Amino acid sequence: MRRVAGLLPRLLLISLLLFGVVHLPRGGPADVYAADPAATPAAIERMKELWGLDQPLHVQYWRWVSRLSVGDWGTSYVERRPAMHVVMDRLPNTLRLTGAALLVGLVAGVGLGLLASVSRSAAVKHLARVVAVLGMSVPTFWSGAIVLLVFSSYLRWIPAGGMGTIGRPADFLDGLWHLAAPALVLGSVYVAQWMRYVQAGLDDVASEDFVRTARSKGLTRLQALLKHGFPNVMLPLVTVLGLELPRLLSGAMVTEVVFSWPGIGRLLHGSLVARDYPVVLGALLVAALAVVVVNLLTDLVYGVLDPRVRYA
Amino acid sequence: MRWSVFLRNPLGVAGLLVLLVFTVGSFAAPWLAPHDPAAVNLRAMQLPPGGEHLLGTDDLGRDVLSRLLFAGRISLSLALLVTGFAVVIGCTLGALAGFSGGWTERLVSLAADALLSIPALGLAMVAGAILRPNVLTLAIVLALVAWPDLARITRSQVLSLREQTFTEAAVAVGGSPARVLFRHVMPNTVAPLIVAATLLSANVLLVESALSFLGYGMRPPTPSWGGMLNEAQAFYRQSPWLAVFPGLAITFTVAAINFLGDAMRSASGGRGA
Repeated sequence: MRRVAGLLPRLLLISLLLFGVVHLPRGGPADVYAADPAATPAAIERMKELWGLDQPLHVQYWRWVSRLSVGDWGTSYVERRPAMHVVMDRLPNTLRLTGAALLVGLVAGVGLGLLASVSRSAAVKHLARVVAVLGMSVPTFWSGAIVLLVFSSYLRWIPAGGMGTIGRPADFLDGLWHLAAPALVLGSVYVAQWMRYVQAGLDDVASEDFVRTARSKGLTRLQALLKHGFPNVMLPLVTVLGLELPRLLSGAMVTEVVFSWPGIGRLLHGSLVARDYPVVLGALLVAALAVVVVNLLTDLVYGVLDPRVRYA
Repeated sequence: MRWSVFLRNPLGVAGLLVLLVFTVGSFAAPWLAPHDPAAVNLRAMQLPPGGEHLLGTDDLGRDVLSRLLFAGRISLSLALLVTGFAVVIGCTLGALAGFSGGWTERLVSLAADALLSIPALGLAMVAGAILRPNVLTLAIVLALVAWPDLARITRSQVLSLREQTFTEAAVAVGGSPARVLFRHVMPNTVAPLIVAATLLSANVLLVESALSFLGYGMRPPTPSWGGMLNEAQAFYRQSPWLAVFPGLAITFTVAAINFLGDAMRSASGGRGA
């Protein structure tokens, strides 16, 4: 409970940051109406009054935050329904994409890390590293576009985007077929990270007494590392997972746009183009809340998994 | 950092060379570029690579190679500028937090945690959409989302250095806090910070490219590599070279920086070597 309360200042600062960015001196919500040639000055004034934009900034902020805390995130200018609903409708899609990408990155990263650590061949170690760093260096929006160009436009092997075939009831295989390409593209970026942690961790642990004991019982190096070293290495990954989430969400935002994936990132992009500020704020807020919640959960889970760091 | 160790790392050396070639090529663009990057030539639209236009031409008949060279100036100088700003902000705040502790530390950590909770690209997208940035404002926006990582590293370095015997000695002989910090503590953080800043610049380049690709970066006619990919989006299918070359430029540069940073980390005896 104390840990949850400790998050309050952070949440408050996040809300201030988001509000501040949207109310930067130029181009804020008020300018949207002013830019419309059909709008008369009187209509603009009435609009501002209606949305509360004529109030001083701190009053606007206070009103926004106090409504926020009771679940009123404002009304979408475009969809004319609560911004919270607009955002929440998209959240599961983003979670599906990031979850799948995480899985791809973890499986490949842990596999490569294990390979690089267990193998005695310098060439294998080197190659694993080169592959991982290259994967980390490719911009996802570009690799995504190239994948779409080659496998969708030219070869017609994969769909051009979206989450399912239009006009067909959603079924698992169709969903997987649409998910595969964006998840692989997004996941490939994180392979290097996981690989590095796993390899460094296993290399450290390999010289520990308990691994040597296991070896002296007659286990091979691979067996000893898998059975005794691996759990020790995987534990810190839980924390790393929480720290990597913001980057993963950033990556998902641009990947969603490329693959027409109807998640938070594509919503943010569309809402920015339409200047739908309540939804813009909502999308960023949901992403930030997801990060805060996952950070909290990883802290708690870590305490459960490793009794040495249990919190009072 | 030990040069002899660095020079024995082929990937690091290759990264350094690639980076040098790209930097020199971009900044010497006015002399190297075979064509005017902005010259529209309606009789040479969407020419495939080869012949007079080594990397082909775009939808307006502009030479892709020349545009790539000029765009490199924007991309690379932005990466450098942002990293520079982020180092200044991050190191100052991180050092203050680590050295003075107390409220300063709590405030800096709070700010860093809050900023790190919001996906950097999303925040930059909003700022980019509202500000219509030029090089300087874009650099400031990106630096403001990039500094927390450096602040964390600086803070943890300073915290551990503060406990070292030589710091205690410097305090014991009457060194003022400022003198101890700048003469004894900070010089020891330089090596890990250079590595961290190098790796950060690779990330900055990726975020800037994504931002420009989505259309929130520099406005035309000044393209960065990401901006070139944005402009060409409608023509990927007919003229794939418009999609391929700017992306390769980004990938090669980022990979070069990553390999360089990795090699520097190994050479300075860091972890994960």
